[in-house]
Amino acid sequence: MDPILSMTGIRKEFPGVVALDDVAFRMFPGEVHALMGENGAGKSTLIKVLTGAYHVDAGNISLNGSAVRFAGPLQAQQAGISTVYQEVNLCPNLSVAENIFIGREPRRLGRIHWTAMKNRSAELLRRLDLDIDPGRELGSCSIAVQQLVAIARAVDVSARVLVLDEPTSSLDADEVATLFGVVRTLRDQGMAILFVSHFIEQVFAISDRMTVLRNGKLVGEYRASEITPVDLVRAMIGRELATLDELEPPRRRSGAGQAPVFAATVDLGRKGNIEPFTLDIREGEVVGLAGLLGSGRTELVRLLFGADRADQGSLRLGESTVHLRSPRAAIARGVAFCPENRKADGLVEDLTVRENIVLALQARRGWARPLPRRRQEELARSFIDRLRIRPADPEALVGNLSGGNQQKVLLARWLLTEPRLLILDEPTRGIDIGAKAEIQKLIAELAEDGMAVLFVSAELEEVLRVSHQVAVLRDRAVVDRMPNEGLTPDMVLHTIAKGEAA
Amino acid sequence: MTVLRSLARHRLFWPAAVMAVLLALNVALTPSFFSIQVRDGHLYGSLIDILRFGAPLILVALGMTLVVATRGIDLSVGSVVAISGAVACLWISELPEQNSVAGVLAALGIALGVALVLGLWNGFLVSVIGIQPIIATLILMVAGRGLAQLVTGGQIITVNSGPYRLLGGGYWFGLPASIIVALGMVAAAALLVRRSALGMLVESVGGNPEASRLAGIRSRRILVVVYAWCALCAGLAGLMISSNVSSADGNNAGLWIELDAILAVVLGGTLLSGGRFSLGGTVLGALLIQTLTTTVYTLGIPPESTLLFKALVVTAVCLIQSPAFRARLSRRRRPPAPTAGRSQRDAATEAEVTA
Repeated sequence: MDPILSMTGIRKEFPGVVALDDVAFRMFPGEVHALMGENGAGKSTLIKVLTGAYHVDAGNISLNGSAVRFAGPLQAQQAGISTVYQEVNLCPNLSVAENIFIGREPRRLGRIHWTAMKNRSAELLRRLDLDIDPGRELGSCSIAVQQLVAIARAVDVSARVLVLDEPTSSLDADEVATLFGVVRTLRDQGMAILFVSHFIEQVFAISDRMTVLRNGKLVGEYRASEITPVDLVRAMIGRELATLDELEPPRRRSGAGQAPVFAATVDLGRKGNIEPFTLDIREGEVVGLAGLLGSGRTELVRLLFGADRADQGSLRLGESTVHLRSPRAAIARGVAFCPENRKADGLVEDLTVRENIVLALQARRGWARPLPRRRQEELARSFIDRLRIRPADPEALVGNLSGGNQQKVLLARWLLTEPRLLILDEPTRGIDIGAKAEIQKLIAELAEDGMAVLFVSAELEEVLRVSHQVAVLRDRAVVDRMPNEGLTPDMVLHTIAKGEAA
Repeated sequence: MTVLRSLARHRLFWPAAVMAVLLALNVALTPSFFSIQVRDGHLYGSLIDILRFGAPLILVALGMTLVVATRGIDLSVGSVVAISGAVACLWISELPEQNSVAGVLAALGIALGVALVLGLWNGFLVSVIGIQPIIATLILMVAGRGLAQLVTGGQIITVNSGPYRLLGGGYWFGLPASIIVALGMVAAAALLVRRSALGMLVESVGGNPEASRLAGIRSRRILVVVYAWCALCAGLAGLMISSNVSSADGNNAGLWIELDAILAVVLGGTLLSGGRFSLGGTVLGALLIQTLTTTVYTLGIPPESTLLFKALVVTAVCLIQSPAFRARLSRRRRPPAPTAGRSQRDAATEAEVTA
């Protein structure tokens, strides 16, 4: 059978980044094809190239045997490629039928033919085995139904290729089953369906074929029946950081031994965010959190910092049991937190390097006890030197710094408060390899000086390199804890993929 | 040349330039515009008048600046102006001796106290209840007018008090008292925000509220302080306005001053999206608006078209301040040299981006 869609030699560059490099991808009619890869692997870019939102720098796309080049999403749609995005982009204040036909309403004498619209919607929904009233206001339907309406709309524009970008991320199990029912119906009608999801189980449940991308490169194409979940995760996460080890491996001591426990949780949890977990972190110990995206890593650390409030369980910091009501309360007890999303949750881009560095310390002192300007400059300079922040200018605007330097500014802000527990959520994501090695080394030094560190990273090799203990998360729960002695990425992979210790 | 260029890049360059143009226009039409005379030991002249009549606006805009820097807005300042004047006049009108200094000071204190409470109310609605600032302060904008009329009993309260008249119409050290008070408040504000950490924390909360929360800043408290300060400034402006005419008019005192104040803040280079603010810019913005009003009179523009004239000048200032607009202007004058097809396409997409 010939593929309905084939993309070869696709290359797409953004200023400073090669998002896609010689990627090939093909789809067959009557198949569900999963596109897999960690964040930043190039999935979204590939989809946008496919749907005409981006132009390629090199490479060919052919649809049904003939070469195509789309000027925009509308052209792609007219050629038979429809996309349903993660965030449903429909109008919640209109009815289901109106949403299905928006922009291409059936008309009679120049006016919208409401009856025809309603009848055709009802027929379409019936064909997909969906029990939805076309007259209902879309906003009053559940997210799952809205998603299905979006699919119905996409299908009705005579699509031959349907792209579903993370359609299940906000659905519960029953809703996922309904969605999969629709997807199977469409597949059996001969449609080619591209499915993107972070949920490994769902991917294996629905797809016939998988393509894995990593760092903008094609890793491989597999038949679902020929690959195991462990191999898939391994292909996604990869192991290309051997180079980093050579740079300067951080000196990791054998462990914190019997140092006192600084932070301990008992069944701490928050409904809908993270299942109750029990974890303790000793002084001078680095605990690594491993798990796929969406496994609850960020949700867990936010509870320890009071960024979200726990609704069950207890937390002990130092000698006292605490109920953190705000980040401020956690900071007062010596906790520091570098969030995953530096720009949105960490830095104030309008302010200078100096101001961003002293911010947390100044916040703790309150507005009435300002740090003298000269003292601020001294502190900023000392951290610029210590962490090698570039440009070495305290008055540079933080928004203009590179990712790695922004991360260092954030680290400086928290080191200045002399924390006893430092929480780092993806501190090395999106930064260059040199800065990455420096940050890993710094973590080792801080732990050696007695600081407790909680380290979150999507890269297993990195977690294993810096941590004394590894906690594994899957589906928003801590599923295992193991001391990092003789631990290999494979063993952790098994736990991530299956939930059983190797 | 480089000095000139870096000067042109200063963010107050364009408002200052427009100010210079307006002043030059005035001098051209009224050669005596810059002359300042001394009569009875008091300074007189057009420039003094601009400062004097601009003083209330400077005060209101000064308070508004910090609110805007937190991504907020305070529509209620006009009502606070009316209430504070009404409260002071009511208190003085019921004094047995209207010229008693102690009685007038008490009136000022009570009026400012009321303004402060109103500001705390705004701050409470915005930070604790979490209502959007434009709605939260709209409540007091509307209700405050009613409150002012309740205080005045629906009448215009007229007072005859020498000490009270001093604030808005009197002279200290040869200068109108209102100028001295306004400058004093500007200096106090500058000290408050730049000598304490308040300025930086306000800019942080306005620049990125979530990051500020995660850095441990008590943003609620900051918001309450900022709205209270804004109302206090408006209250003082209200005293000045009512003192100048020795009466309180609950209906018309401070009417639409919130819009002029917001305009002054924006002209002064503080973005409505919050973050960095400039007190000096706000003062310049307020003076620009006042100069514009004066210019309208000297130009002899008929009263029915003054608002339109003001709108045109303000639009021009806003446009000329926008880097995107200036870039488009200069691109239109110098079209890109047509080289390869690729660079032309790039220029086209760039134009789309700026558009």
